[in-house]
Amino acid sequence: MSDHTPDTGGQSDRLVSVEDVSFSYTAREVLTDISIAVDRGEYVGIVGPNGSGKSTLLRLLLGLHEPDDGWIELFGHPAGDFIDREKVGYVAQDVTENTKRMPITVKEVVLMGRFAHVGFGRITSADRERASEALATVGISHLADRKITHLSGGQRQRAYIARALASEAELLVLDEPTVGVDAESVDAFFELLADLNDDGMTILLVEHDIGAVITHASRVICLNRELYFDGDPASFAASDALDRAFGTNVRREDEVVPS
Amino acid sequence: MIASIASGLAASLPYDGFAWLVRRWSDSLRWVGEVFGIEMLQYTFMHHAFLVGLLIAVMAPLIGTFLVHRQLALIGDALAHTAFAGVAIGLFINSMFGTGLSPYVTAVIVAMIAALAIEMISTVTDAYNDVSMAIVLSTGFALGAVLISLNTGGLAVGINQYLFGNLSTVSRENVVILIVLFLIVSLLVTVTYKQLLYVTFDETAARVAGINVPWYNRLLSMLTAMVVVGAMQIMGVILVAAMLVVPVAGAAQFARGFKTSLLASVVLAQLSVLVGITLSYQYETTAGGTIVLVAVGIYIGAVLFGKRQPDAAADAASTETTT
Repeated sequence: MSDHTPDTGGQSDRLVSVEDVSFSYTAREVLTDISIAVDRGEYVGIVGPNGSGKSTLLRLLLGLHEPDDGWIELFGHPAGDFIDREKVGYVAQDVTENTKRMPITVKEVVLMGRFAHVGFGRITSADRERASEALATVGISHLADRKITHLSGGQRQRAYIARALASEAELLVLDEPTVGVDAESVDAFFELLADLNDDGMTILLVEHDIGAVITHASRVICLNRELYFDGDPASFAASDALDRAFGTNVRREDEVVPS
Repeated sequence: MIASIASGLAASLPYDGFAWLVRRWSDSLRWVGEVFGIEMLQYTFMHHAFLVGLLIAVMAPLIGTFLVHRQLALIGDALAHTAFAGVAIGLFINSMFGTGLSPYVTAVIVAMIAALAIEMISTVTDAYNDVSMAIVLSTGFALGAVLISLNTGGLAVGINQYLFGNLSTVSRENVVILIVLFLIVSLLVTVTYKQLLYVTFDETAARVAGINVPWYNRLLSMLTAMVVVGAMQIMGVILVAAMLVVPVAGAAQFARGFKTSLLASVVLAQLSVLVGITLSYQYETTAGGTIVLVAVGIYIGAVLFGKRQPDAAADAASTETTT
């Protein structure tokens, strides 16, 4: 497990700090005593079986839920009070948006990334320029004026990443972004994430494709209500954490496999 | 509350200014009528009807675009029926206590309470939005019907113009109130456009981006209540929701972008109102019904036009070439 050095100030390189967090939707706990930390520049993949609490963990650290117990910090501030929201980019499963038939262009979606900067003010040409650059970075400039619902799943996910880039996000949080995306596009999508990470973007990815996480991420976290593994991909592949996390949902493991 | 503010404003100094504007509008239309020999433009009530109609045809699609794409198209219907209860309450209070309360004030208040009730029912009972809308719609109409039956006679006659709308009863004061409502709605939508758009497109991402989603949901409901009551007099409660939905649905058939679809829906609504009011005068038909039928005709045209656009096919083909 990662060590939890105390925050030393606003410029800390610790972007996410989750300490002893427990959470339940009803009587049953979805997450028990989870502690993880994500530092600047990391590419962390979170894996676990369905219903293991992966997405819930993301929602907690995005401030969409309050933990029952424990403490969550984003960029050194309590997640609930975190106001520099533009620093966090969020890309969800495509299926949630796919059903919508809203007329909206790719450019309009990417410009939303500037809203947190602009507030109630006007979108300026500098904001549009920033959005164009973000579209170029993810390689879909030629689709800027297309209706977003006319894009393929992979293209649409790139547009959402462009939205995060336009908002000048420093932490990119992705919740199973490749669900519903065809296999060929998935590879290109992970290459894009790797490129962004090389350029300094911190990535926190919840992903069902364990192979992809082992291949691309610099660190793997394995969850099933509790933490089963937190360490480098090679150690994870060699460990039995995967079998234990996926094999039994009821057995309680008191010890986490050391990384 | 906003309606009472609007009434207050209308009764104070700005009223004279707006009333002056309305008179100039009347003069201009009368002049146009004389120059081009258009008979209906010699009547002041038609000038008022056109002005109110055009203002509604900006406000309704402006709010309706956000509602439709949040899959809340029925909220206009629900609020219109509760506004009907509000009118009945206003008329009931007037007949019981002899007060000169405008039924529009009670209509706006009741519609706003209903807007909050829809959200509350969804949250508290964990029901789908359309279930809570159906409950509020039925309750509003039932309450209105019971109040009218309690005091038959004058009340039943008075209620008719609110149910079906009436061009000839739009007074100058009503026009001024609608101008004030129009200014409030337009200003609020202009200021909060980006936030409303983000919440409409992706509520979760909007929350992550720090937007206070429940607050904007409430704002949208309040604005809807104001537009519904504003449009009630000319459209009638039964048809008022059509202006929120039909032009927006038409625009969505061919527009690619959100802003384009918003502007297109306003243009379609303006067309519906101009043609609808003219036909309603020519053939002496009810204004609300005629406007809605014209809007539906335009909608069908938009569907056919949208199907002929190469856009979708071209986009689908291009998806093959990139990721």
